[in-house]
Amino acid sequence: MTDTSTELQANDPQRIFRRTSSVGRDQGLGAIARITRMAFRYPVRVTLALVATVAAVLTQLSIPVILGRAVDQTQAIAEGGGDRDALVASALILLAASVARGLFTLVQNYTAESVGHSLARDLRKDIYDRIQRLSFSFHDRTHSGDLITVGMLDLEGVRMYFSTALVRTVLLTLLIGIGAWLLLSTDLVLGLLALSFVPFAAWRSSVMQLTLRKTWLVLQERLAILSRVMEENLAGIRVVRAFSAADHEMAKFDRASTEALRLSHSRINVRVRATSAMTMAFFGAMALVLLVGGRQVAAGEITVGTLATFLTFMTILQMPVRQLGLMVNAYARASTTGARLFALIDMPVAIDDAPGAPELQITDGTLRLEDVSFAYDGSGGQAAVSGVSFEARRGETIGVVGAPGSGKTTLMHLIPRFYDVTAGRITIDGQDIRDVRLSSVRQAVAVVQQDSFLFTTTIENNIAYGDPFTEGRRIRGVSDSAQLHDYVLGLPKQYGTIVGERGVSLSGGQRQRLSIARTLMMEPAILIFDDSTAAIDAGTESRIRAALREYAADRITLIVAHRLASLMHADRILFLEDGSVVEQGTHEELLALGGRYKALHDLQMRPEGDVLDEKEATP
Amino acid sequence: MNPAQHGEPRDPHDDGRPRMRAVVGSHRIEEEIFGRAFDGKVVRRIWEFVRPYRRQVVISVAAVLTFTATQLSIPLLIRYAIDHGMEPGGVQNNVLTVVAILFAVVIAINYVASRTQEAVTGRMAENVLFDIRRRMFAHLQRVSLSFMDKTEVGRLMSRLQGDVNSMQEFLETSVLSVGDIMLLVGIVGVMLWLDWQLALLVLMVIPILLVVRILWLARARAAFMAAHEANSVTNGALAEAIHGVRAVQAMDRAALNARLYDELVEDNFNAHLRASRLAQIMVPIVDSLTGIAMAVVVVAGGLMVVSGRIEVGVMVAFLFYIQRFFDPIRSLTMQYSVMQRAMASGHRLTEVLDVEVAVQDAPDAVALGEDDDGSVEFRNVTFGYDPEHPVLKNVSFRVGSGETVALIGPTGSGKSSSMALIHRFYDVDDGAVMVGGRDVRAVTQESLGRHIAMVLQEPYLFTGSVMDNIRYSSHWATDDDVVEAARAVGAHEFISALPHGYETILDERGGNLSLGQRQLLSFARALVVDARILVLDEATANIDSYTEMQIQRALRTLLEGRTGLVIAHRLATIRNADRIVVLQQGQLIEEGDHEALMDAGGLYSRLYTMNYASFDDLPDEITEAERAIAT
Repeated sequence: MTDTSTELQANDPQRIFRRTSSVGRDQGLGAIARITRMAFRYPVRVTLALVATVAAVLTQLSIPVILGRAVDQTQAIAEGGGDRDALVASALILLAASVARGLFTLVQNYTAESVGHSLARDLRKDIYDRIQRLSFSFHDRTHSGDLITVGMLDLEGVRMYFSTALVRTVLLTLLIGIGAWLLLSTDLVLGLLALSFVPFAAWRSSVMQLTLRKTWLVLQERLAILSRVMEENLAGIRVVRAFSAADHEMAKFDRASTEALRLSHSRINVRVRATSAMTMAFFGAMALVLLVGGRQVAAGEITVGTLATFLTFMTILQMPVRQLGLMVNAYARASTTGARLFALIDMPVAIDDAPGAPELQITDGTLRLEDVSFAYDGSGGQAAVSGVSFEARRGETIGVVGAPGSGKTTLMHLIPRFYDVTAGRITIDGQDIRDVRLSSVRQAVAVVQQDSFLFTTTIENNIAYGDPFTEGRRIRGVSDSAQLHDYVLGLPKQYGTIVGERGVSLSGGQRQRLSIARTLMMEPAILIFDDSTAAIDAGTESRIRAALREYAADRITLIVAHRLASLMHADRILFLEDGSVVEQGTHEELLALGGRYKALHDLQMRPEGDVLDEKEATP
Repeated sequence: MNPAQHGEPRDPHDDGRPRMRAVVGSHRIEEEIFGRAFDGKVVRRIWEFVRPYRRQVVISVAAVLTFTATQLSIPLLIRYAIDHGMEPGGVQNNVLTVVAILFAVVIAINYVASRTQEAVTGRMAENVLFDIRRRMFAHLQRVSLSFMDKTEVGRLMSRLQGDVNSMQEFLETSVLSVGDIMLLVGIVGVMLWLDWQLALLVLMVIPILLVVRILWLARARAAFMAAHEANSVTNGALAEAIHGVRAVQAMDRAALNARLYDELVEDNFNAHLRASRLAQIMVPIVDSLTGIAMAVVVVAGGLMVVSGRIEVGVMVAFLFYIQRFFDPIRSLTMQYSVMQRAMASGHRLTEVLDVEVAVQDAPDAVALGEDDDGSVEFRNVTFGYDPEHPVLKNVSFRVGSGETVALIGPTGSGKSSSMALIHRFYDVDDGAVMVGGRDVRAVTQESLGRHIAMVLQEPYLFTGSVMDNIRYSSHWATDDDVVEAARAVGAHEFISALPHGYETILDERGGNLSLGQRQLLSFARALVVDARILVLDEATANIDSYTEMQIQRALRTLLEGRTGLVIAHRLATIRNADRIVVLQQGQLIEEGDHEALMDAGGLYSRLYTMNYASFDDLPDEITEAERAIAT
């Protein structure tokens, strides 16, 4: 595992999305700066949050002072010198301060969270838009799970930044700063003692959170392995049963599980050690304040009220200081998650509209490939398609055959511009497809893919995917042509039946027929079947072909298939080998040629039982 | 969201006006999140898992109580120091020293108790979580396959993860809430003890808080759920965009989808703001109540101090306690939701644990050994997943040792079920399945697994190296055995061409291999077992002719010297079999070799002459017609 993955990472620009790879320091700082700038898109709320924070801190700090004064006033009255009205006034001020603190905290938290949610909202849209627009070559090389993590987990890290990192920093700085000034100016020694736990707790809490974060990432990986073991076991339960492999599977489970459990125990230890040490430091400081302050009270240097102020202040400060680690963690998290997230939304879109590109104008409906070559990114320039030229006119059907890996699918993917050619050009009615609006190319060229992705929604919505504003009768029409209609009518909810990942599961043939229907819906000028009838039986396929006879007269049809019966009626057949066209002509011409096509034909047409008897007859 | 999603049965052309048929993401069918707060049955089941750790439970509860006690005692120490150690004028060293020593003792106890409490509780909860998960996983290895077929993997995974996690949360917080209750009771108790009248005055805020909190909780929970829901809908739409990106681009839906997604994002945003508002509204309420309580202590307590009824230290202690007693109330009300969630989860967990184990070794089961031959026999077998509707009716046939039999018939004829019965995935309702001359119910499942190798229709591979995948559970096989098996089925060549040969890690489900290659690997995996009997369900999908040829060749190697039972779809396979068994609607209707069946002119000959590549994906009208002929 290690070898392959490190090797891949070394020369893969998208490695940043892998959770295990680290984010550079500069990238991290850049991300922090950028999130901070983004927050200022909402200047009113940011200002409100900061002002409310200051106000909350001030009212918060006033409470110990008022309390201390009330204690002193009480004592003064008891000793016959005080003023009862002043005590009542103190009580009222205390109440007012408490209410004000609550309200300011409300404003602070709510505005801070709303800034975070606003950022998340903006970023969600950016991420979604970018993912939809990034080209096939990006998606080929990026693990879908990694993108999902960026869009869900990393987004949370960025969202939390404003409230947990930034606002908390302001809060803590003010609270500790003003509080320290207040205490130290009252009594230097007692102030130092009261604050003595702060540096220790802050340090301990930060170390703890950073350690927890690091182990959390490892734990997530371990848990991912564990859930993969379980998931694969359940999905492949028939294999497990077939091999009576329950013991083998339990051993796999135990290995993964023990590992994860050990790690989570060690995390508990880290947390427990730190929190109990912090508590001890806090109570220790409190004991010192009581002891030293007590002597000072007894010596008449300070009042009991002042001592109470000190002690109350300590309790107020305790929680935020202990949570300082969360703040440090929020910075660490925002820097890595932000770096990953921005890397995604800044990823250049390789296949996009040229500036001011016009719409594709379909006139004669002629497709022309001129000396087209193509190599995949990261293939080291090894051509998957090389020097292919052909022309097709409206109404024509072109068949494409060749061994697996000969470049058939790749060639088909160049026509709707899923990938850009590396040399040569593709034109539709004389317009280079790279010079016109991408969207108009995709409308003109539609592909029935090998593995069709169905969306988890109704059959109706799936068929209308490419033309959602269509009329209902057209849905029925294409469904009929694709030989799907009768099947759909047999379903309890008919066209309202939900299919896809979480819906009714369809057989391979049904999926392909649905995929054909939704492609027909688009009424493209160029219709491509990319080995998309493999799971459909020969009879049904020929009925689909018959139903499409009229439809095909209006457009170009390209058919890639293994079964020669699917394409031998084509006007022209191209035989691909290693990315080049090695034979072309009609079925009859190619048979007469007696080359590779003929060999393939013989292989398929011979009674199958005999194939094995003549070893290595072909290719 | 969109009515079309849960629409009534209808035909799409029954509406005149055009409307948009587009959604992004889909509404998740959420399960019940909250159950009753307490369900005795669930608690009893969960207790089974906690029982092994009861010593730890006792320790952690004791530690929690100790910890609470130390927390309670600190304001008392402060009060004692203020009232007895700080009389103005005379420095009373003794009292302050005593307080200092007591303080040190309390801190030490607190330290030990808090460490013990957190560590023991945390570990115990983790252990229970892992134990429950292990038991469930082990149980799922033994439950009936039809249960597994009916249940989505995602559902089971959410039992094994989400539900188990919420049990862990519950266990952890249960111990802590014992602490919370004790803290609350302790604070109230100590305050009453210090001065009951002042205490009662102060405690008047508690009922107010409780009422507010209960009124709040119902609304807040609805808002939190709505936010959670909106989040999962939005995330679902994102996941769909990622998985379906090629289809989206191919059908030029990116622009429209972005608009639809924006709506979801806005809904999500608003739901979160609502939840946030509701969460924050409690802050000023609690703060105001704290303010009221403190003001009461200042005025009423102050007057009591003046009148000499209490000492000033008591007043200070009250102020300290007030600042603490809202926390336990807050966490206790939260705990209520945790409990409800845990009960709902616990209920689902016990449902999984209670699924019946379908097939078990008989107490006197013997192991199938080398001496037992490779014959398979069905003796008047009747079987159905639902006894009302048998899928096999009184089927009998015999496959001699070393013979290859092709099993054919249209979808639903009972082929796959027959295969499952040979390996005793299920028990027959009537009759018997014999392997090696013994009833499968009389032999151990483990030995049956070694006696029969199976190749399933879908070549399922696991994440891991090619080597591990071919060896799978055949631990006895050496690396050389694996390579030899790969060679025999003709997979060695492409494996060697992989970047790391046999050590190449396969992606999820072998995604980096072609279908044909995956099939060859699954052949090799079956070959490594080196079993007497091979049961094979041939793949139906069309693959290219070259790979097809390789697979046919591999199949021959695989069947050499073994008993073969093949659910066949390809004419080549069928014609190479020694005998053909034709099933239809659970009944054996024809049996014999190719020539004999052709001569008989039954279903087989009709299907054969129609020249369908596969007997499985027959057009409906043909099966209908056949059914009509048969009846």
